Amino acid sequence: MTDTSDLLLDIRDLVIEGRSGGTWQPIVKGIDLTLKRGEILGLIGESGAGKSTLGLAAMGYAKSGCRIAGGSIKLAGEELVGAPAETLRHLRGKRVAYVAQSAAAAFNPAYRLIRQYSEAPVKHGVMSRQEAERDAVQLYREMQLPNPEEIGFRYPHQVSGGQLQRAMTAMAMACRPDLIIFDEPTTALDVTTQIEVLAAIRKVVREHKTAAIYITHDLAVVAQMADRIKVLLKGDEIEEAETRQMLAHPREDYTKSLWAVREFRRAPRAPDDTGKPILTLQDVDASYGTLQVLDGINLSVNRGQTMAVVGESGSGKSTLARVIMGLLPPDKGSVRLDGKTLSPLNRHRDKGVQRRVQMIHQMADTALNPKHRIREVLGRPLEFFLGMKGAAKEARIRELLTMIELDPDTFIDRLPSELSGGQKQRVCIARALAAEPDFIICDEVTSALDQIVAEGILRLLDRLQREMGLTYLFITHDLATVRSIADWVVVMQKGQIVEQGAKDQVFQPPHHPYTELLLSSVPEMDTEWLDRVLNDRRAAG
Amino acid sequence: MTPFLRKLGAAPVSAWFGIVIVTLIALTAIFAPVLAPFPEFEVVGPQYSPWAAPHYLGTDALGRDVLSRLIYGARNTVGIALLTTALAFLIGASFGLLAATLGGWFDMVASRAVDVLMAIPSLIFALLILTITGTSVLSLILVIAVLDSTRVYRLSRAVAQGILTMDYVEVARMRGEGLFWIIRREVLPNSSAPLIAEFGLRFCFVFLFISALSFLGLGLQPPIADWGAMVRESARLISFADFSTWQTATFGLAPLLPAGAIALLTVSVNLIVDWVLHLASGLED
Repeated sequence: MTDTSDLLLDIRDLVIEGRSGGTWQPIVKGIDLTLKRGEILGLIGESGAGKSTLGLAAMGYAKSGCRIAGGSIKLAGEELVGAPAETLRHLRGKRVAYVAQSAAAAFNPAYRLIRQYSEAPVKHGVMSRQEAERDAVQLYREMQLPNPEEIGFRYPHQVSGGQLQRAMTAMAMACRPDLIIFDEPTTALDVTTQIEVLAAIRKVVREHKTAAIYITHDLAVVAQMADRIKVLLKGDEIEEAETRQMLAHPREDYTKSLWAVREFRRAPRAPDDTGKPILTLQDVDASYGTLQVLDGINLSVNRGQTMAVVGESGSGKSTLARVIMGLLPPDKGSVRLDGKTLSPLNRHRDKGVQRRVQMIHQMADTALNPKHRIREVLGRPLEFFLGMKGAAKEARIRELLTMIELDPDTFIDRLPSELSGGQKQRVCIARALAAEPDFIICDEVTSALDQIVAEGILRLLDRLQREMGLTYLFITHDLATVRSIADWVVVMQKGQIVEQGAKDQVFQPPHHPYTELLLSSVPEMDTEWLDRVLNDRRAAG
Repeated sequence: MTPFLRKLGAAPVSAWFGIVIVTLIALTAIFAPVLAPFPEFEVVGPQYSPWAAPHYLGTDALGRDVLSRLIYGARNTVGIALLTTALAFLIGASFGLLAATLGGWFDMVASRAVDVLMAIPSLIFALLILTITGTSVLSLILVIAVLDSTRVYRLSRAVAQGILTMDYVEVARMRGEGLFWIIRREVLPNSSAPLIAEFGLRFCFVFLFISALSFLGLGLQPPIADWGAMVRESARLISFADFSTWQTATFGLAPLLPAGAIALLTVSVNLIVDWVLHLASGLED
């Protein structure tokens, strides 16, 4: 820090504790953080690293159940630790603003966007309501929102997720704060939407010379946004460096391992000798009420391979899974397993089919009954499909836990609430395996997990496929995942298959225009990537 | 049992107060014949005698011992309220969970039937039915149970609908689990907390409802001791009481004794319910 007058945020030796089981445990363990005016700092690390807690501390805020136990937080020279609530209230929203991960949850659904925009400036006495509303239109335009004049008069549910996230950034800018904290603002968005939001956020933050703390677990994203990157692990700082420096020459092993996550690749697998597909869909149409979601889907999955289905939200990927599982009967067309047509409704299918086709859900949190212990979660399919009882069942449960790399003695009697996100997803995988299936549908199984944990799950799925000859239908919007594990790729858009083929063929040009858009939207570990893509697109049209 | 005992140990003072009072009243109800100094129905002294040994809480208009009748009243009123609430839950929760899980015409028919029952003010409806059927204990229990089950139906149906949208229920359905298994193993364990809380509240309402009916003369019939009826019998005494000396004042306090017992039990049950709700919402820390 050469120029101290330029110093906006100065956090020294900050300790934040969280309450668990009646005692206070440190979450942030003595971290220093400095930020100059107009600078963007990226905070990265896996879940539980204390990123969000540290970000919120920059507002002098600790979540309920947490407390700031030591250290100092100075914003433009003013101490926030121990400051009266009145002082902090004047600060928040006016000089420091916060953009949350889920804009849908952060907006009040009962008020129009512009009304929520003007709340902070009016309350802080910066502007009158009329001025604030004129200002909102201006910022909506800067954020490249469509129809900036009238979009503010809509309710949160009437705009898309990417637009809502941009409206929220505009709202954070309302008082022209010195500092904005972005807490994973694009994690919940598709790649194609993410790129628009990233571009808009970066433009506005740069033009207004606002300092920002950008929290994410996606390295490629942070590479586009941040001037400096700080890596956190379990409440400790691992290292900090200028973005280019950090990307090119990470010092610590942990950082290197973060960088290496995206490099997991496996060799393509050949289909088995019979040459007959295990599952085929022929001319499948499906709809919810009058809304058609699938339109003439034809595909066949080879035994022992992984078929990846990619596309943005609303492309019909998950509906495809529901049709195969018999949860949504198709309007026309057929689903065949080993050449035999399956009944359109799951409850009319015989037990053998129900056993052979399993599905793993995206959210392991809601896919596990919170009142069932692991023993029961895994025991029930064993009992139900294979008639196992007593010691044989117990032995098999332990075997399954070993297979998913969880220690049976530690985990067998736990409840889902006593597991981490990755462990829950592993248990869901074990539950699917318990039925001894041939075909597993994985519906976005890694998208709710951070990259290191997600990679562990992918490696596990890959190993199980190799050992047991499983066939996967892998639904995802993440092309990095597709690159690592797919043999065959199906690209979907608006309920139709726009392109399909072997992985290498789909990833090699020439691409279908939509595939091209998807591919070019995947952030790369290169600080110039966003500029390059935006330039290319501008040039193209 | 151990985690339960640990939670009991960590219960707040208010919950402990509720537990102690409810336990005392339950013990009183169970051991009524042992505890009561005089029989329930017999005339054992002069009318309206003041609070003095051997009639520590005086005697009523017929010369029956008030203390003994309060003790027997706990047995009658609380016992019948408990039985009625249990029955209301059996009917309401079974239909509610079935309607949510099955959906379709069953849900439609059951929900409309419940709407019709709920559209009529329950006290007036109960008075009407009891006037037709006559006021036996059995008809009292059945009528109140059916009327109260409509509330339980609505709650359990709403709770179950929330649970049925979870992925783990979808997993069970895809596995081909039967209706009964899904209700018992997936839905019931996750809806138990709100249902237990509702049981406590519903018990209070039923209890007050019986007391109200007794007060109106259509509840438990004399000479059975019942708290609600005891309030009615002695209500007039307040206006005649002479509050100048302690001896004459006790005479006017007579209606407050059963009324106080009703209030104490209701408040205690609610204190326990609050605690159970608190536990269920995971706010222990």
